[in-house]
Amino acid sequence: MVEWNKRHLLDVEELTKEEIQQVLDTAKSFKEVSSRDVKKVPALRGKTVVMLFFEPSTRTRTSFELAAKRLSADTINIAVSSSSMSKGETILDTARNVEAMNVDAIVVRHGSSGVPQILANNLKSSIINAGDGCRSHPTQALLDMFTIKEKLGKLEGIKVGIVGDIMHSRVARSNVVGLTKMGVEVTVCGPSTLIPFGIEKLGAKVCYSVEEVIKRSDVLMLLRIQKERQKENYFPSIREYAMEFGVNAERLKKGKKELLIMHPGPMNRGIEISSDVADGPQSLILEQVTNGVAVRMAVLYLALGAKE
Amino acid sequence: MYKKGIKMSSKLMDSDLVRRAIIRIAHEILEKNKGTDQLCIIGIRTRGVVLAERIAKAIHEIEGKPVPVGILDINLYRDDLTLVDYHPVVRETLITFDVNDQKLVLVDDVLFTGRTIRAALDAIMDFGRPSSIQLAVLVDRGHRELPIRADYVGKNFPTAIKQNVKVVLNESDHQEDAVYLEENN
Repeated sequence: MVEWNKRHLLDVEELTKEEIQQVLDTAKSFKEVSSRDVKKVPALRGKTVVMLFFEPSTRTRTSFELAAKRLSADTINIAVSSSSMSKGETILDTARNVEAMNVDAIVVRHGSSGVPQILANNLKSSIINAGDGCRSHPTQALLDMFTIKEKLGKLEGIKVGIVGDIMHSRVARSNVVGLTKMGVEVTVCGPSTLIPFGIEKLGAKVCYSVEEVIKRSDVLMLLRIQKERQKENYFPSIREYAMEFGVNAERLKKGKKELLIMHPGPMNRGIEISSDVADGPQSLILEQVTNGVAVRMAVLYLALGAKE
Repeated sequence: MYKKGIKMSSKLMDSDLVRRAIIRIAHEILEKNKGTDQLCIIGIRTRGVVLAERIAKAIHEIEGKPVPVGILDINLYRDDLTLVDYHPVVRETLITFDVNDQKLVLVDDVLFTGRTIRAALDAIMDFGRPSSIQLAVLVDRGHRELPIRADYVGKNFPTAIKQNVKVVLNESDHQEDAVYLEENN
């Protein structure tokens, strides 16, 4: 393993295959920490990590906060509704003011793509992207890779299908980039209006039949329809979407018996995923959440110890 | 004989000496703890783990009873994490047994400043409250910076602070067991 030299984590794209591997290996050691009675190690003692979330989040924010706390860092949460952003302050000014209080890392989520990059260009702290617009959600992709690798023992040669609102999904984009880099064959699937133009250039195959994808995949990732990001009508109705693309136990019968089901959350039960699938034996959904803490611990540990 | 840039080194222990030291330490551990009751061995990564496994094997051969072996990675507990300009690679800690009320023997290859052992003690305390912790090392080279001493020592070597003691073990280094003293020019 090599020395880590990236202070920021903005995108999966900027990571090499070896670096992704290093995050996954480091996360493996951190997973053990969370299973102890005393779930805390002093690795980041004295460091301060700020969560700057401009979009709602339960999983990611809690996960980052637990990750930082389990490494003994101090954490602060800034929710946009209670911040001065609502008084007209710019993002950069808010972030600069936070940094002026001598913080070491800023975990940022924003509805616009590129905000983490702007912060990284202008601030001295480590910037960790916790999701920006429709662009990137690197820690989710890393934890998905970790979960698949932990379950199947490898990534190379695995076939992953991603079904849903690919267009508005930063999780899908980051996963396509990251998984392809690790030698995974990724197929995206959804209504043609929700498949972004040029997704093949990122290395993904496109398929418009969910049954076909179920048949050929080892892992199936289901995504929510992101109503809040859709500015026009992409398909006739949610009900029709659920009938065409929703995954239920009946549909799963067409796939391999050991087909694994993943979902980055939040789930809309009865739309993209039925309850019998979400809670079924093939579901890894809660394991993804468990692994998220370990992966974020690894990311914080590496970024805050990076040598530039 | 030595080219510029190559470290001068001399052999302090060969494989026979290493083997005998391990067997003696195994006997001493059994003698002091009156057998294997509540006895657990924990190796500090990387070479401490190899030594811990060898000591456990020797104890098994002598007493006919197995002792559990755990693996400890102390990197997250290092006191210089905020000072070193990069973070060391962290690997898994594997302690599958309950350490509460156990007699633990911590094993490392070289005892030097004592800071690794301090970190290991902190790490173990996060797992529970052992009834006692003892320390076994293959080489004690002096220059302690903390009030720490070993209970079982393979060999004492007075060294200069600039010198480096290098332990080579078959399982971890794929070379014949040996201990070298290297001069840093």
